Amino acid sequence: MREVAVNEISRVVEKLCIEANERLPADIRAAMEQALAAETSDRGREILSLLLENAATAATEAIPICQDTGMAVVFVELGQDVHLTGGNLSEAINAGVRDGYRTAYLRNSVVRDPLERVNTGDNTPAVIHLTLVSGSSIRLTVMPKGFGSENMSRLGMLKPADGVAGIKSFVVETVRLAGGNPCPPVVVGVGIGGTMEKAALLAKTALLRPAGSRHSEARLRELEEDLLAAVNRTGIGPQGLGGRTTALAVNMEVYPTHIAGLPVAVNIGCHATRHATATI
Amino acid sequence: MRQTITTPLTAAQLQPLRAGDSVTLNGIIYTARDAAHSRLVQALAAGELPPFPLSGALIYYTGPCPAKPGRCIGSAGPTTSGRMDPYTSELLAHGVRGMLGKGPRSAAVIDSIKEHGAVYFAALGGAGALLAQRIQAAELIAYPDLGPEGVYRLTVADFPAFVAVDTEGNNIYDLGRGNEIAG
Repeated sequence: MREVAVNEISRVVEKLCIEANERLPADIRAAMEQALAAETSDRGREILSLLLENAATAATEAIPICQDTGMAVVFVELGQDVHLTGGNLSEAINAGVRDGYRTAYLRNSVVRDPLERVNTGDNTPAVIHLTLVSGSSIRLTVMPKGFGSENMSRLGMLKPADGVAGIKSFVVETVRLAGGNPCPPVVVGVGIGGTMEKAALLAKTALLRPAGSRHSEARLRELEEDLLAAVNRTGIGPQGLGGRTTALAVNMEVYPTHIAGLPVAVNIGCHATRHATATI
Repeated sequence: MRQTITTPLTAAQLQPLRAGDSVTLNGIIYTARDAAHSRLVQALAAGELPPFPLSGALIYYTGPCPAKPGRCIGSAGPTTSGRMDPYTSELLAHGVRGMLGKGPRSAAVIDSIKEHGAVYFAALGGAGALLAQRIQAAELIAYPDLGPEGVYRLTVADFPAFVAVDTEGNNIYDLGRGNEIAG
């Protein structure tokens, strides 16, 4: 049994909030550079090149890549052998988000009530996804999720008869409907199976997988590649102004599901799809 | 070649612009997003004076990050313009002549743009760090309770943008349709 004080978690979450907002993940930068090399549209190339320059400026100046510093989505993989002390885990995570957003001059983008819409003033609460795993480590991932992309996400409860063709059609149509709004080139997270909320969580988790990585199962890898090609055939391009690069990656996660169901969730991430991870 | 546009916007400046033209914006622009638009439109309906002069104004759809010490503003790129569509015709009818955001607009907004001789400019979405460098001054002038969604008066210099929809309704996002790539 390993004891971990929750304020250690606060400090790490604070650091991750700042890092995720100021530093583009290495895999995303690599994917953007590849996209720039392959893009045939002049305007598309100009856009990709400016976005890379923007990321470099953000890192050097220690300012956020984008003004939408997002709602903090925090994934916690908590080892079963850890005993948390000194307070409540959720409160500690929110304290880390509060401190990170304040000390790094990030934007407060959260309203307390979706109907009343009064800003909470400190970018809390975070959305927390907690999973128990074996062992005695704690793996923390902060994904500041901007809503330009989040708003373009969709979920459909397909019929088993819709099959792979139905899934492909749903994913491509989601990207087409989004157009330029999610700041393409996007990262497309696809969750298939489970229940309605499980599919959505799978899709968001899929956004964390490095761009350019593929699913370990051959048939799903093939489906990811087919979908990436299909999405890029839409010609939506960088900023929705035309080009070959509409998506940097399509990542897919699956889970067992009910005999009557085929839930498909598509979570769109922008060209930054920011996240940072640390293990305690 | 970049055309230089200096606010307040005039017909003489706007009419020659064509969708796709690159521009450089200078002068005073005003920020407003969803909540501020709602309040502005309500104020106009109630016959109240808006917090800034609307005639010839350029509204920038952005919610900036707070400024670090020594700077006037934090990262400040455009937000998705489509969310402001429901309020736009009203503001154009009251003299606003320019909007700066990102992403396509509705057919109703395009009609209103043509009717009033306005222009919709687009800035690079996601380039908040770069764009902040072109903002020289920022002052919160209305709705402080909205935090980043308040109305800021910004002074910009050499702020890069392009014409997304011109006064005749030519629409750069339309040019993207039918862009499907074979193969």
